[in-house]
Amino acid sequence: MNVIKIDKKTWTEGIGRLQGFYRLIGPVKDGDFYQFKALEKGESPDFSMLNTRLSPKSIIYPQSEVMFEYSLDETRDDCHVIKEIQVEYSPQVVFGIRPCDAKAFLLVQRNFETPEYKDPYWIRLYETTALIGLACNTPCSTCFCVDAGSGPFNDAGLDILLIDAGEYYYARVNTAKGEKILKDSGWSEETETKDAELAIENLKQAAENRITARISTDRLKEKGVPDLFNAPFWEDVAFACINCGTCTYVCPTCWCFDIQDEVRGTDGVRMRNWDSCMYPLFTLHGSGHNPRDAKTKRLRQRFMHKLKYYVDKYNDGIQCVGCGRCINLCPVNIDIRKICEAMNGFEPEQKSI
Amino acid sequence: MLSYNEKIRHIAKKILAEGKVEIVIGYRRGTLPMINEPCFIKHPEDVTRLIWDRHCGINLTNYLTQRKERIGIIAKGCDSRNIITHIIENKIKREQLVIIGVPCKGMIDRHKIASQFEEEIQKVKEDGDKIVVTGGGIEKIWKLSDVLQENCIICTHRNPVIYDELVAEPVAEQKDVNRYEDIRRIERLSPAEKAEFFDDLLASCIRCYACRNVCPLCYCDTCFVDGSQPQWVGKSQDPTDIRTFHFLRAFHCAGRCTDCGSCERACPMGIKVRTLTKKLEKDCLELFNWEAGIDLEQRPPLTTYNPNDPDDTFR
Ligand code: SF4
Ligand code: SF4
Ligand code: SF4
Ligand code: SF4
Repeated sequence: MNVIKIDKKTWTEGIGRLQGFYRLIGPVKDGDFYQFKALEKGESPDFSMLNTRLSPKSIIYPQSEVMFEYSLDETRDDCHVIKEIQVEYSPQVVFGIRPCDAKAFLLVQRNFETPEYKDPYWIRLYETTALIGLACNTPCSTCFCVDAGSGPFNDAGLDILLIDAGEYYYARVNTAKGEKILKDSGWSEETETKDAELAIENLKQAAENRITARISTDRLKEKGVPDLFNAPFWEDVAFACINCGTCTYVCPTCWCFDIQDEVRGTDGVRMRNWDSCMYPLFTLHGSGHNPRDAKTKRLRQRFMHKLKYYVDKYNDGIQCVGCGRCINLCPVNIDIRKICEAMNGFEPEQKSI
Repeated sequence: MLSYNEKIRHIAKKILAEGKVEIVIGYRRGTLPMINEPCFIKHPEDVTRLIWDRHCGINLTNYLTQRKERIGIIAKGCDSRNIITHIIENKIKREQLVIIGVPCKGMIDRHKIASQFEEEIQKVKEDGDKIVVTGGGIEKIWKLSDVLQENCIICTHRNPVIYDELVAEPVAEQKDVNRYEDIRRIERLSPAEKAEFFDDLLASCIRCYACRNVCPLCYCDTCFVDGSQPQWVGKSQDPTDIRTFHFLRAFHCAGRCTDCGSCERACPMGIKVRTLTKKLEKDCLELFNWEAGIDLEQRPPLTTYNPNDPDDTFR
């Protein structure tokens, strides 16, 4: 792994140069909060944010995405033929992704790119996108990335990790994609990798020491699914939930969608829109039966999926990267840290077999 | 209002122990500043969990809908008005309820404070008529009255209008409040300016429906935005569909909304959704002299026919 040092004085210049090669996306202040947006010419990503309100997942997985189009006009030869829409995928570079959010793309990949199923829309966007991270020198009180298998200086999923060291950035390059971007940018100050790694290690230690939010996940695996499923605490933790789905929409690792046809006149599109396990319609059968017909069941599903089914299925930690968004944005303060503790520490009075 | 806690717990304990109610719905301490969690308790020994402060802005009436047991519920002015609306609309029965009324002096607007504080907020403390916010090594002090929720600033029913127990002496109601200044400003805009105003207002909506789901009025089994046979509105991020959702939702609240502010408080994007419901609330007041949730005996304007209706179509 190669580290270079970027003098902040040359920062905007490099961004400008990259704009000649790529579509750039970065955090910008939008009203009261930060959002990832395409950067205009001459605009730099704003790194003064703690993190963006919404996760960057929509850059690769838009909330509404057209997949196919068709015509109902019977005078046309291609009437009733479902055709894939043509989209131009030009290379794009995202600046300022926090390490938790970058790791989240790897989790989401498990859903969209499997040995059996390849989702072309997600994969194409993912492959044409480079992710440049920004290490967190000052994690928030709701960041539990370390216990969720990531960390404020984690490289996973990132082509380059930037580390803010005052007058300059360290840039740790992880992939060939990242190398190419650095070359195109013209930021070139090579640095003694060993010294840099030491400086980065110190900043990393300081950042990790600031993390106060902890969760325990060590015993989730050994719990029985029926035990957790039937645990008595769900009624209490789900009481306040209004099933709004905010937690799932703001979450970088929630991947569910719904497919809808929309027709205007004789022109139709088939699109997918984010969906949420918190919504009653999510599991409503055509027969009218709904296996998750009460909010407690829906809330339980969200947390069982993230903290138990996923853990069992992939054997690689929880389906959460500890970004804290659902904690901060849930209107009624349902806190995944509390629920995770309840699940991890749960002892059934009688173990089911 | 901090002093209410003891009284609330005392009453809750009493009604649970005497078997008057099976559960009490209230708030427990949140895990973050400026937010508490609605909760229920069933056992008298658990009443110490109940708390009350200026971060209880979610309308608890939402948790009553269609419950079958006998319930104790903590209600500030607006919650109590929604309880009346709920009783009128047959969502709960008066006999099921022991209403623990809380005279209210306003809830803190968490969006307002967060948007004016650059660092992460770690602590929020009330100090007399001030509020002290600290985090990330900085401290900011506001006058309480400047950081209350917008609906609380213009509230004219701070005291519960219906209750069985009252936790403190009633507070003075605010007089000469200019409730609709913002709405009048919008009414004066040209159609094009209005269109632009609403586009801006709703631009960041993610259609999570927190505003709808947190509202005690929104209890339909299948909301018109969710139905698919027929499908009234598209489900994508298309701005027309987003506007349709908001405008129709607001109309469904006409004559029922108490301006409790829950919807605005709940919105993760800080969208001022009350702007829409307030217009209808203003119309109800001006055209029918109607305020929602004041009187159990009176029928709401949308369910009554009046030969002197202000609109020609109905006369
Ligand atoms: S947990 Fe919170 S954010 Fe998620 S659906 Fe329930 S109320 Fe909404
Ligand atoms: S579950 Fe919550 S904390 Fe975990 S990744 Fe999703 S939004 Fe972040
Ligand atoms: S529309 Fe908003 S202000 Fe009106 S009653 Fe519902 S939540 Fe309260
Ligand atoms: S709560 Fe806010 S973001 Fe969610 S649907 Fe309502 S206005 Fe839109």
